[in-house]
Amino acid sequence: MMAAMLGEAWMAMGANRLRTALTMLGMVIGVGAVILMLAVGQGAQQQIQASIASMGSNLFIVLSGSTTSGGARMGSGAAPTLTFADAQAIGELAAVVVSAPSVTGAAQLVYASSNWSTQVNGTTPSILAVRDWQLQSGFAFTDSDVRSATRVALLGQTVAYNLFGEENPLGKMIRIKNSPYLVLGVLAAKGQSLDGRDQDDTVLVPVTTAQRKLFGSQFAETVRFIMVQAESAEAMPTVEESINDLLRQRHRIRAGADNDFTVRNLTAMANTAAEMAQVMSLMLGAIASISLLVGGIGIMNIMLVSVTERTREIGIRMAIGARGQDILLQFLLEAIIISVAGCFIGVLFGVGGALVAQKIIGMEVLVTINSIVTAFAVAAAVGIFFGWYPARKAALLRPIDALRYQ
Amino acid sequence: MSVHPVIRIERLGKQYQTDAGAVPVLKDVTFTVMPGEFVAIMGPSGSGKSTLMNILGCLDIASSGSYFLNGRDVNMQSRDELAQLRNQVIGFVFQGFNLLPRANLQDNIALPLVYRGTPRTERIAQANHMLARVGLAGYHLSRPNQISGGQQQRVAIARALINQPKLLLADEPTGNLDTHTSQEIMALFTTLNKRDGITIILITHEPDIAACADRLVRLSDGRIIYDGPVEHAAPAHLAATL
Repeated sequence: MMAAMLGEAWMAMGANRLRTALTMLGMVIGVGAVILMLAVGQGAQQQIQASIASMGSNLFIVLSGSTTSGGARMGSGAAPTLTFADAQAIGELAAVVVSAPSVTGAAQLVYASSNWSTQVNGTTPSILAVRDWQLQSGFAFTDSDVRSATRVALLGQTVAYNLFGEENPLGKMIRIKNSPYLVLGVLAAKGQSLDGRDQDDTVLVPVTTAQRKLFGSQFAETVRFIMVQAESAEAMPTVEESINDLLRQRHRIRAGADNDFTVRNLTAMANTAAEMAQVMSLMLGAIASISLLVGGIGIMNIMLVSVTERTREIGIRMAIGARGQDILLQFLLEAIIISVAGCFIGVLFGVGGALVAQKIIGMEVLVTINSIVTAFAVAAAVGIFFGWYPARKAALLRPIDALRYQ
Repeated sequence: MSVHPVIRIERLGKQYQTDAGAVPVLKDVTFTVMPGEFVAIMGPSGSGKSTLMNILGCLDIASSGSYFLNGRDVNMQSRDELAQLRNQVIGFVFQGFNLLPRANLQDNIALPLVYRGTPRTERIAQANHMLARVGLAGYHLSRPNQISGGQQQRVAIARALINQPKLLLADEPTGNLDTHTSQEIMALFTTLNKRDGITIILITHEPDIAACADRLVRLSDGRIIYDGPVEHAAPAHLAATL
């Protein structure tokens, strides 16, 4: 029965090939647009998520407060209030995975005849966990390096390339501010951060080395900021509160007085960016869906014409025993075949278009199985939805009226 | 054992609603057709014979009166049950043949079997058997527009007979055919009636076609004015009508 129906649908569609092809084209364009737009949107989303992942997840940054020097307020991070000991105390709080202090400053690096100026970051080995940073080669410095303030360094990709080129930096001595440092390892590439900074243009040294030997200041034990990683997104509000309480206590701040530090939630910003990308992706999809809707209306239009044209045929079929549901199924099947075949071609065009966009424009695209399955489901639904009315109209014809139709 | 009538209609009426009010087309038509009868219905245009035929064929429903087909009250049947009656109890042959132009002869003949749910191989076998029975063996892959009018009507008859109906209804089956072809078609009807015992009711304008039947029903202005053997009919009742 079904095979016979499919054969008849094929024959009816073949009887007017151009019309069938044009009707299908509506679906092809609709589905193609949806697939392409979803690919572009999801590509952007993926890119943003990759940047977020490169930053590390569930992060806080604790900055020291402002200081005033001759009437000029120096901005946050300037007051020498945070210490390495603060960082260690925060690391012992509940729901905190790790914390890493940072002492940063610009410095010139020299190796053989090359030199490069970059940001030197004095920190502890736990920074690698906080920032989800892998080592490409070599090994990290240890807590004992931190305790004894040894002159060792981990190079970011950009620094390694600019100082060493193709040469292997492991075990070589470089000079930072004219003192020799042993290169222990090279960090894996992280790429750009969300705000466009090159995250690979950095050098990590033990925090104590930076404090005592590199950027010697009058406040020997202070750090510029502390990175803190909470164990989960849910734990972040509690962690923020306990950092506040802990530091107020350690810094002996009286009730009612302002904090001499600031706790910032980095993940919140990242999540906003991710949400925006998702909204953009959805919006692109929604706009593309409109063309799918138009394609569906095209199918409905042609099916209505087809029912009118074939009224007499419907009458003949009814006269020899076709039930309403047989007629309904016949026309519905035609609409579904047109929409699903159109969808199939549309998926090919959409995926092809996405690949072309990636190759030629260099746009980040991501075609997921999900979006293809969704496209097929939507196409079948469009076929049923827009084919239903004309098919039902055909099925409800009275046999004698259909047969007499000229 | 008593024989039940194939058709029993009582006080059948049909009226159409027009802007000018209800126009009666059939008025109190009562008659019975027993199995194996060959009935010709004649009457001038507008006498209601086509309307009667459409009601007998379950394509249209009566406004009043009762209609029993093969013992079943047609007025009580649902749309689907009527479709089943048209599929399995009645075979319909039209003046304009009403074949599907895109389908080949084999598929045209097999179409009623599709709606009965017969498997494809069996459909094809039965269709080819019927095609041979109406003298068109070997034409199974031709299209309707590739054969003559007489041949098309044979195909239509084969389609009407494929579900082995009790009753064959023919609405001016020779109206579009020349005299010679008409006689061939009528010979086929006579064989089906006499040899295979199929009950036939046909509408015609032509006396020599009506003469092939055993019984004549003459309609005028929506009423039966003669119902009896063809050979006893008055010349006026057998007269050609247009």
